[in-house]
Amino acid sequence: MPDKVLMKGNEAIGEAAIHAGCQCFFGYPITPQTEVAAYMSRRMPKIGRVFLQAESEIAAINMVYGAAGSGVRAMTSSSSPGISLKQEGISYIAGAELPCVIVNIVRGGPGLGGIQPAQSDYFQATKGGGHGDYRLVVLAPSSVQEMVDLVQDAFDIADKYRNPVMVMGDGMLGQMMEPVEFKERKPAQLPSKDEWKADGLKGRKEHHVINSLYLKPEELENQNLKMQKKYAKIKNNEVRYEMYNCEKDVDFVLVAYGTISRICKNAIKLLAEEGINVGLIRPITLWPFPEKAFEEVIDKTKYGFMSVELSCGQMVEDVKLASNGRKPVYFYGRTGGMVPSPNEIADAVKRNIGGAK
Amino acid sequence: MAHQEIIFAGFGGQGILSMGKFLAYAGMDEELNVSWLPSYGPEMRGGTANCSVILTNENIGSPIVTDATAVVVMNRPSLDKFENVVIPNGLLIVDSDLVTRDVNRDDITVIRIPAQTIAEQLGSKKISNMILLGALIEKTNIVPMEALLKALKEHGKAQFYDLNKAALEKGAEVVR
Repeated sequence: MPDKVLMKGNEAIGEAAIHAGCQCFFGYPITPQTEVAAYMSRRMPKIGRVFLQAESEIAAINMVYGAAGSGVRAMTSSSSPGISLKQEGISYIAGAELPCVIVNIVRGGPGLGGIQPAQSDYFQATKGGGHGDYRLVVLAPSSVQEMVDLVQDAFDIADKYRNPVMVMGDGMLGQMMEPVEFKERKPAQLPSKDEWKADGLKGRKEHHVINSLYLKPEELENQNLKMQKKYAKIKNNEVRYEMYNCEKDVDFVLVAYGTISRICKNAIKLLAEEGINVGLIRPITLWPFPEKAFEEVIDKTKYGFMSVELSCGQMVEDVKLASNGRKPVYFYGRTGGMVPSPNEIADAVKRNIGGAK
Repeated sequence: MAHQEIIFAGFGGQGILSMGKFLAYAGMDEELNVSWLPSYGPEMRGGTANCSVILTNENIGSPIVTDATAVVVMNRPSLDKFENVVIPNGLLIVDSDLVTRDVNRDDITVIRIPAQTIAEQLGSKKISNMILLGALIEKTNIVPMEALLKALKEHGKAQFYDLNKAALEKGAEVVR
């Protein structure tokens, strides 16, 4: 068994990217993710790879665009305001169908907001923060170990589908330390990049061109339809979620991801002591959203679902779509960097069950 | 069952975060589940630095400690902030050289240790945190002293090992 090491979430992200063969990291400091860049600045030059602190977030994402276009694994990381700045580049990368990994260690917004844990970038991440009909695969770890695993998976998923993948955490996951192990991973079977990467002519007659500009409507529509087919495939293949305490019939099912899902687990324990049986759906892919998890419990949950978020209610819309009117959907959230205690969540459950009764 | 949810709190620079780290390393070596969560950002600018450390053989849900089995405080604002977070019958360890007010709770175990004075007698005020940490593990038995010393050896600065070791052992001794 590989040795466990105690690591900060942000540093574990960096090390996981290195394990995944990330050749280039481009970043710009912002709390609470600066340790990702700091870690990469120490490690990458030592192993002959590229670390570059860009002059801005916009520059960093465009450097990722260039590096990904040349066929190497590339990553950038930032926190909410910085991710907003990157949106133009993300849309271009999605349009040019390039693989890369973008890490968002979310902080409270809007605007400069604060630096404490938040999940208020859900819409931006899952519904397209940039322009155009594109999708990011969005992975939401809830522990430092899962960060390590999902960052490595993110590079594989990106290469498999030629699509940018976002790993979304928050300040709590970034700052906390937990034991992690870097497991031996079998190299994934991935398509070759030789067909498209722009790395010089290499004896070919025609240049490979990386582009997202299609001025003829027929061509642009075709490109969009091709991308939609890819997204359908991703929806089919890549959905991930955890079901917690959902084996038997339950009074209520919470839906929560990342940091707050951990606190929900504590709340579920408290409620069990009072004889209230509550389950949890923890989406690991925020896009594609794990609709099928709801099929597993739709008939088992007596009073319905409650989306618990560190936001004013964003994922709850996807929960409503997944429940599709079959069971009531409630919402509980704190925002601005406030993190509810297990008791507050348990009280919200009791209020809603009381109302439902 | 081993289960401790601990808050260490004091001023920045007192070694608050490292007390938690050494304990977390020791817990990991003892094959407990552990988490270490520091305060960061604006709350640190108000005079307190703190960290939440959980060591348990159950799965860890929230890494935020809201009901502490033990709290170690090294300044007055930390006592004000965390006194009421200790669960009934829990443990509160206070550096009595730095915190002069009395503790209001009478449903918890309060241990007052003049850690600055003892540390100075051992050779350096900088090791007062280790005296309190030594007392904590002696009272809670959450990890054996050997595990903590191993963590100190592997993750601490070599030139301070002997001094830190003396402080940990002294801290355990004064509450024995």
